[in-house]
Amino acid sequence: MTWSQLLLVGVLAVPAIGALVTAVLPELPGRRAAAGFALATLMLVGLLGLTRGTGWSGYGLPAVVPWAEYRVSWVPALNLDFHLGVDGLSYPLVALTALLTLLCCGYTVRHVPGGGGSGRTLAALLLTLEVGILGTFLAFDLVLFFLFFEVVLLPMYAVIAGWGGAQRQAAARKFVLYTLLGSVLLLLGVFTVVAAAGTADLMALAGGLGLSRTTQYAAFALFAAAFAVKAPLWPLHTWLPDAHTEAPTVGSVILAGVLLKMGTYGLIRIGVGVAPAGAAWAAPTLGVLAAAAIVVGALLCLRQTEVKRLIAYSSVGHMGFVLLGIATLTVTGLQAALIGNIAHGVITGLLFFLAGAIKDRTGTGDLDALGGLRETAPRLAGLFGFAALASLGLPGLAGFWGEAFAVVAAVEHGGALWTTLAVVAAIGGALTAAYFLRLLRRLTHGPARAELSQPWVGGVEWVAWSPLLALALAVGLMPALVLAATGDPLAALTGAAR
Amino acid sequence: MTQAVNHVALLPLYAAAGTAILVLLADLTLGRFRTAAGVLGGLATAVCAAVTSSAGATFCTGAACSWVPSRPAATVAVLFAALTVGVLALSVPALSARALPPGEYAFLLACAMTGGVTVGYAGDLITLIVGLETLTLPLYVLVGLRRPAAALTFFVISVVATAVALMGAALVYAASGALHLAGLRAAVLAADGGPMHPVATVGTWLLVIGFAFKVAGVPLHAWAAPTYDGAPMPVAAYLSTASKLGGVIGLTVIVARLDTGPLLAVLAVATMTVGNLVALRQTRMVRLLAWSSVAQAGYVLAPLAAGADGVRAALAYAVLFVTLEFVAFGAIIALRPPDADGGTLNDYRGAARRSPWRGAAFVLAVAGLAGLPPGLAGLFAKVTIVGSLIGDGWGWLAAVVALNAVVALAYYVRAAAVLYAGPTGIAVADLRPPVFAVRWPVATAVIVAAAVAVALGFAPQLLFDALTA
Repeated sequence: MTWSQLLLVGVLAVPAIGALVTAVLPELPGRRAAAGFALATLMLVGLLGLTRGTGWSGYGLPAVVPWAEYRVSWVPALNLDFHLGVDGLSYPLVALTALLTLLCCGYTVRHVPGGGGSGRTLAALLLTLEVGILGTFLAFDLVLFFLFFEVVLLPMYAVIAGWGGAQRQAAARKFVLYTLLGSVLLLLGVFTVVAAAGTADLMALAGGLGLSRTTQYAAFALFAAAFAVKAPLWPLHTWLPDAHTEAPTVGSVILAGVLLKMGTYGLIRIGVGVAPAGAAWAAPTLGVLAAAAIVVGALLCLRQTEVKRLIAYSSVGHMGFVLLGIATLTVTGLQAALIGNIAHGVITGLLFFLAGAIKDRTGTGDLDALGGLRETAPRLAGLFGFAALASLGLPGLAGFWGEAFAVVAAVEHGGALWTTLAVVAAIGGALTAAYFLRLLRRLTHGPARAELSQPWVGGVEWVAWSPLLALALAVGLMPALVLAATGDPLAALTGAAR
Repeated sequence: MTQAVNHVALLPLYAAAGTAILVLLADLTLGRFRTAAGVLGGLATAVCAAVTSSAGATFCTGAACSWVPSRPAATVAVLFAALTVGVLALSVPALSARALPPGEYAFLLACAMTGGVTVGYAGDLITLIVGLETLTLPLYVLVGLRRPAAALTFFVISVVATAVALMGAALVYAASGALHLAGLRAAVLAADGGPMHPVATVGTWLLVIGFAFKVAGVPLHAWAAPTYDGAPMPVAAYLSTASKLGGVIGLTVIVARLDTGPLLAVLAVATMTVGNLVALRQTRMVRLLAWSSVAQAGYVLAPLAAGADGVRAALAYAVLFVTLEFVAFGAIIALRPPDADGGTLNDYRGAARRSPWRGAAFVLAVAGLAGLPPGLAGLFAKVTIVGSLIGDGWGWLAAVVALNAVVALAYYVRAAAVLYAGPTGIAVADLRPPVFAVRWPVATAVIVAAAVAVALGFAPQLLFDALTA
């Protein structure tokens, strides 16, 4: 085993062990241990990034070649290898996952949401979620990808049902049933491919591997439906607002920050990668749905009166941009999707942290009952303003690149359909600005209505939020941070789609 | 004509039958140690089966034999012995509370184990049916120990099912002249197109329907819920694990050799859909598990629609299901007072907060039954079924299984969540039953079964190898 292989396995093993250790420790040491394990995972992820050499791209045609890889046969009867790998496509998401989990675990050391469950159990569940999400991003085997995809379902259910708001049971049940529907579709798709190809190795499968056109169409339809539930893509998004509104702050952060990305990442890696002909066939449909999602999401946001619900619906619009990028099947579009993924994870994670803080302090998330935060809690209002501006796509902040280049990619793709979609998406982008400005006006301006239990921003909160603030700015100024190593793998994936 | 009998091959059967006699002797002479005798005999049976898996077949006429040791047969025998030992352990609280007569109880379980072992090794249709009946007969009495009315339904439907299966065997024999499994397929194929062909087809279908009773498959499923709920809980555990496993083996034997695809597809769809939909409405814990086990039987039947190709997947699913179901029943027994029945879901409100380990075992089992982590066993079970179906070209049936898994999660989540639910309007102290310690045999059984489930989740290939001849 080389160092990089050890790191790959360690990135999954450390949080898994951490979850078990946290579960058996007493309350406060347990929460601290969870944060420690999350920190260790993030450090391993950092080291994993350093293992990327410079001369790895090689000669000839670009191919999907992970820079670190570990493979061992697990269940030959199911074509299942324990095959992990990391490349430029997955690394930014892996890093984001490790970072957000650390922030959430750290936040949980001091802030245990009400609802009855212990903070230690919540921290253990967060680490379990991390295992599932990281595994999904690192899996280089279709069946393994599916296994990890399923791991997150029940822990997320437990987070919502155990620490959520008043309607948590119904919201949690809706979440788990809806997303299980998505993952059984994925299961059908996975075995449609495995049965036809005789292998589940994503490296071998990249580019279609001589799968027949019919198989690719069927497989992509299943994959697209499965990931559309997870992402979520309009009209399959209805589980999202309820789940977000009821989930505790850390649950919302993980859900919006990285859990949804499993859908978009899967669509790129599995959908486009394994069934390129299917992707090309379904691209116009996906594009239309994505553009519709952008506009519908924005319109729904314009009439929301609850902060967390509004942010949840804004995710629908943002994921619309990501899916529009993917649907173009060009390198530009996929890069827009990747950076949109990361930006949305950072910014929406931050927004949910801030919305949670406001709800904790005022006891309400109702826009009619809030207002004037600019005067009562200037720091909080300032941070919220920054995050909202980043989310609406202000140039220079992280949200800009994904939205702008999704539109650019659609225009470059050419043709009446894609030009129209680009225009619709651009209008949707303008609407995004409209609802975020409305949100800011209602929330931070006007007369102060709600009493705040604590107007200042606490130390733990600064620690949890500042990395996200910094990243929102850094990714906005230097998109290469995310995109540096994505060119070759994306060229390999899209090369086969044309 | 005298036959040479290979007694080594018969060792598991001797051990199983010997267990029953040992228990009887312990009861008559010592008046105690019956459970210990049963456990000891069960473990001996398991060891014998494991050791003799490569022994030669015996009771042969020509090339066809009636007692055929093989790796899958040995695996099945080990499983029957383990389940018997486990159920004996789960029964300890009820037995020592004098709610059940210990001597008779252990003796009857050992008899059922003998039948189960026979089913695994059966090489002809008659041995198979006799084995299944030996497995089921003691259960009539065991079920009736607490509430005779429950046993009556079970008995009547069971007798009808046996008659149907025997009729099927007779028709197949009439049409093909074959009883031994080895020559069955060729003999029935030889009748193809001839005047006896419809007779063979009807016989095959009757055999399948008769055996479907044992797994509580639709249309012979209605007995399951009242019988499980009326029986003592350890017996319900035995019914939904060992008894069901016997039926699965019987079915695999038939479908591996005779064409039953469309019939099994219909049975599977009906069984899983009816089971899941009815389970959604259950408010009593054991009834919920009973209906869920009906649905699970549907999942087992599904890959069998593909005939011999689906047998390994069905057996693998059955083994994983049986393990998880045992853990679920064990956890319930551990969560309830010794003389109580399964109770309603509300009786479990907050139980996992008071007994976190028992609650965790239940969640592991129920999540596994729903096909989800944390335990990987259930996930692999689901993956095996769907993979096998798609690989064999039964994509639509795989889709039905997948959709049913979503419906099933709704009630599994309800059953698991109630263990962690807080009180609703009523004081906590009123809702929570008083704390009571779990007896060590129960704890051991649950821990071992949960450990097996977790281990199989990490190394399912062991199971696939054990089920490959």
